[in-house]
Amino acid sequence: MKLSLGPLAYYWPRQSVLDFYAAVAEAPVDVVYLGETVCSRRHELRADDWIEIAEMLAAAGKEAILSTLPLIEAEADLRLVRRLAAQDRFRVEANDMGAVRQLAQRGGGLPFVAGSSLAVYSARTLALLAREGASRWVSPPELSAGALARLVAEAPPGVETEVLAHGRLPLAWSARCFTARHHGLQKDSCEYRCLGVADGLALKTREGEPFLTVNGTQTQSAGVHTLLAELPSLEAAGVDVVRVMPQGEGTLDVLAAFREAIDGRQAPSAAFASIASKLPGSPCNGFWHGRPGADYVQGGA
Amino acid sequence: MSASLPPPRLPELVCPAGGLPALKAAVDHGADCVYVGFRDTTNARAFAGLNFDDAAMREGVAYAHRRGSKVLVALNTYATTTAFERWTAAVDRAADLGADAIICADAAILDYASRTHPALRRHLSVQASATNYEAIEWYRERFGIQRAVLPRVLSLAQVEHTLARTQAEIEVFGYGSLCVMVEGRCSLSAYATGESPNCQGVCSPAKAVRWEPHGKGMRTRLNGFLIDSFEADERPGYPTLCKGRFEVGGETYYALEEPTSLNTLDLLPDLMRIGVSAIKIEGRQRSPAYVAQVTRVWRAAIDACAAAPQAFRPQPQWHAELDALSEGQTQTLGAYSRPWR
Repeated sequence: MKLSLGPLAYYWPRQSVLDFYAAVAEAPVDVVYLGETVCSRRHELRADDWIEIAEMLAAAGKEAILSTLPLIEAEADLRLVRRLAAQDRFRVEANDMGAVRQLAQRGGGLPFVAGSSLAVYSARTLALLAREGASRWVSPPELSAGALARLVAEAPPGVETEVLAHGRLPLAWSARCFTARHHGLQKDSCEYRCLGVADGLALKTREGEPFLTVNGTQTQSAGVHTLLAELPSLEAAGVDVVRVMPQGEGTLDVLAAFREAIDGRQAPSAAFASIASKLPGSPCNGFWHGRPGADYVQGGA
Repeated sequence: MSASLPPPRLPELVCPAGGLPALKAAVDHGADCVYVGFRDTTNARAFAGLNFDDAAMREGVAYAHRRGSKVLVALNTYATTTAFERWTAAVDRAADLGADAIICADAAILDYASRTHPALRRHLSVQASATNYEAIEWYRERFGIQRAVLPRVLSLAQVEHTLARTQAEIEVFGYGSLCVMVEGRCSLSAYATGESPNCQGVCSPAKAVRWEPHGKGMRTRLNGFLIDSFEADERPGYPTLCKGRFEVGGETYYALEEPTSLNTLDLLPDLMRIGVSAIKIEGRQRSPAYVAQVTRVWRAAIDACAAAPQAFRPQPQWHAELDALSEGQTQTLGAYSRPWR
């Protein structure tokens, strides 16, 4: 089983991002997804910067993959997709069918990764994307262990399955920016208020219960979805790659804990115990168990 | 001066029906098309007591066709690996019952339909999240879709830009409940309740809702999560997850979206000028009386705009009628207008 690091969903200052990935180059992770996957207004790093980071990570022995925006509204967004599709140094994670069309048109080029926002819920849909050139797919977070196993059992040969195994759940995207809205600003004049909010803004119910996380145009869960303690069930379901999402603090500790468990040096439950007190929110894993995503089923199923 | 301008293309008015009475109301009040769903999880309004069995569908299609209206069947949830045949059987039934088009989100279902019923028109559902012409063209090239329904996230300029660069017809939402998130990529309801538009065909499902008297007011919960709290002088609204009042940074407000309705009557001349092929009214879960009223207003507006696009002004009584029907009694131009964004 391979270990991946998902794309950074937050807007960190340029130097923080560069420092973060310099450390990731030394971390025990196999695959690293790079790029802006939330808001096209964020520009601390441009496409060339991400490609430079990809080169650095590739030199350190990682598989670097460039991720596209899940919400493509403007021609400028499409130009960025074309830019990524035109290079053949790194694979691309397609997060919109517009990107799939571009990548399929390359013909004979690199295969691509079908991102989780492509809404693949059946083996038939996955087979269509494989025909377009997908060699790996990332399941939608709400797919349960059972549904995933049934899909993988009928998946086209040679297509790897990746599952979000740790991090806040990406739940929704909008044309509206909720961080700008919080500050009484419009999106077009947002003053880049996301910048430096390392883990997004906490959204609570009026009873003070943590519920969601506001991250610009993206809405995440408040709970930290984690399947570390349940790695054997991921393996049994046929998962090839487990994904960890970057968080404000402690991402490298999470990667190290996953590595220990994957390599069998530590029991998954013990590996989880080593990071449990450092999560930026309460743990949850309901989706994997076919329940509301916010639920937490202790001790696996 | 307007004589030199080409006459605007008349967009089809596409109205919702959760049952036969609503379908008849829509047809009787001037809908060009009525969209409906089967009574199962193959469509994104899989509510108890709603939708059509085969007999009702047959009767509805006959009623609409006799009066020159079309029936579009929404099959716009995502199929599962093991129950895939539920969706393909629904495609077959729609074709057999004489539907004029199916509205689908899942590429595999479109693929099946294009091979099995090539003569049956295929519309790309809003649930497919196709917000740009590259995505729409992918579905058109691969599965021969004739029309795409745009998610409610694009500005008017972006709709125009997209429409000019695809060969597919473009349908936009004109009126009704407003999704603030990109449709087809929203798991908020699944996170709170375990049921989602993509998989179960529901958002913030009624069975997860609790109305809880609190002092002289009311609290609304969704699977235990407090979505809103109303004082005695406030009218409690249905707890749709993204339209609750929450606390962010010490402030309590509608953090994602107000309970408001989309209403694009004011944009009608622009929508017709840029060449949208159809305008959709949301609300298969609404009553026949609601459908009748909204259809009547929009029929009058489209006809008035077609007759004199330059002079078109929405009539005050149209707005008054729609105001009274709106969620939370407020309306917005949504993403079509810049300030919203």
